[in-house]
Amino acid sequence: MRRLSQLTPVAVAALLLAVWEFGVRAAAVPQFILPAPSVIAVRFAEAWADGTMLRHLVPTVTEVTVGGLLGGALGLLIGVTLGLSGSARRVVSPYLVAAQSTPILALGPVLVLWLGPGLAAKVAVCALITLFPVAISTLVAIRDVDPGTLELMRSLGASRWQSLRYARLPAARSGILAGERVAATLAVVGAIVGEWLGGTAGLGVLLNLARGSLFDTPLLFADLLQIAIVGVSAYGLVLVIERVSSKKIA
Amino acid sequence: MPILQIEGLSHSYGDRHVLRNLSLAIAAGESVALLGPNGSGKSTLLRLVAGLLTPTAGHVALVGGAAAAGRPEVGIVFQESRLLPWRTVLRNVTLPLELAGESLPSARATAEAALKRVGAGGLLDRNPAEISGGERGRVALARALVRQPSLLLLDEPFAALDAITRARLDDELPELVAGAATLLVTHDVAEALLVADRVLMLSADGAIHLEVPGLRSVPSAERRAALLSPDGAARQMRLYAALDSVSHA
Repeated sequence: MRRLSQLTPVAVAALLLAVWEFGVRAAAVPQFILPAPSVIAVRFAEAWADGTMLRHLVPTVTEVTVGGLLGGALGLLIGVTLGLSGSARRVVSPYLVAAQSTPILALGPVLVLWLGPGLAAKVAVCALITLFPVAISTLVAIRDVDPGTLELMRSLGASRWQSLRYARLPAARSGILAGERVAATLAVVGAIVGEWLGGTAGLGVLLNLARGSLFDTPLLFADLLQIAIVGVSAYGLVLVIERVSSKKIA
Repeated sequence: MPILQIEGLSHSYGDRHVLRNLSLAIAAGESVALLGPNGSGKSTLLRLVAGLLTPTAGHVALVGGAAAAGRPEVGIVFQESRLLPWRTVLRNVTLPLELAGESLPSARATAEAALKRVGAGGLLDRNPAEISGGERGRVALARALVRQPSLLLLDEPFAALDAITRARLDDELPELVAGAATLLVTHDVAEALLVADRVLMLSADGAIHLEVPGLRSVPSAERRAALLSPDGAARQMRLYAALDSVSHA
């Protein structure tokens, strides 16, 4: 039964790819509109073989890693601070909600203006886009820890720091990591959009090149596949961190 | 010299008075049970003694100073076991020692001994979610005893347990607390008589209404029989009558 449930997603994917492959061939859809999966796979392999994909992958992974870690860490810090302090929460929360409601991507041109078209602006977009979901999920998780647990910690003479370390953070772990999971995929979105705003390399730049000057639709789809792999890998990395942290706190 | 001295203690939550001018002394090793209607301030009294609340009036003196949260002389067992689900049973019991700065190896040894004493020595590496309610009660008791407090506060610790487990823990409790004075809050008249030297009935406004001697000094094998003896039954009847009277006052 378990094996069946593991096989189901693979079977569904295989079925979809088969329908796509045969549908495109049967309807004679032009390759520049929608290439068949086999054509995309061949172009994906070629892009790796001639070094195109790696050249554009490295900057994107760098932006996602640096921006995601920076935004995740800052979001955690802000969330913990606001979760612990009711007065700070009352002052800052409205601004946090307002910032969350502002499309961060719209700030992209401003960030490029201030920081230039290099790595810094893209890292800033990634960091900003990841900061808010992490900050808000952390705030809620830290604030809503069971009052009985906190009373227990007080009865045991725990300091504020000890209560945070031994009770609030472990109790809030799943809420915090839920925010980190959302942030991991958003960081990839941030990097791609950041690259659209300017730059010479990156998977976002490659999207523009494939669509525009190269007019290479199979490469466009191969790039989309690579972006999806980066997103899934970032998400998987958070899941690994979850597993490791669950063993650490046990 | 009493280990706990409460004088003129009053407490209110806004306009609602839950304790009024209560005075009480507990000697070292003595066990006192508190009975009373809902809202009479029994749990509030425990929190005031534990330093988790500040009284509106009066004061609480413990051996070694005033009541303050986290004093190692005081252990507390809450109504729910409040075990941390991300820690094993052993690490739940090492927690008070870790917070006090004790090294983990030394805390482990002390916690293991405490768990063995309360009959939970076989649960060390289990998670709280994997053990029964009665076992969780024992672990919470071990956690409260691990710093060897001279006063143990018990806030209906076995209220959520099934009748058989509760009866067993009531029978064992006087021996498990290992010489610590205890202040037990309960709604159960038989439990109060079984575990305490003195049973106090609080009135609805939180003053002491009646005091009845308990059966703790009776050897454990004979305690249940003593509860059903004519004398034990008479004590129960006095407490039930008083409970009825203060509940309808």
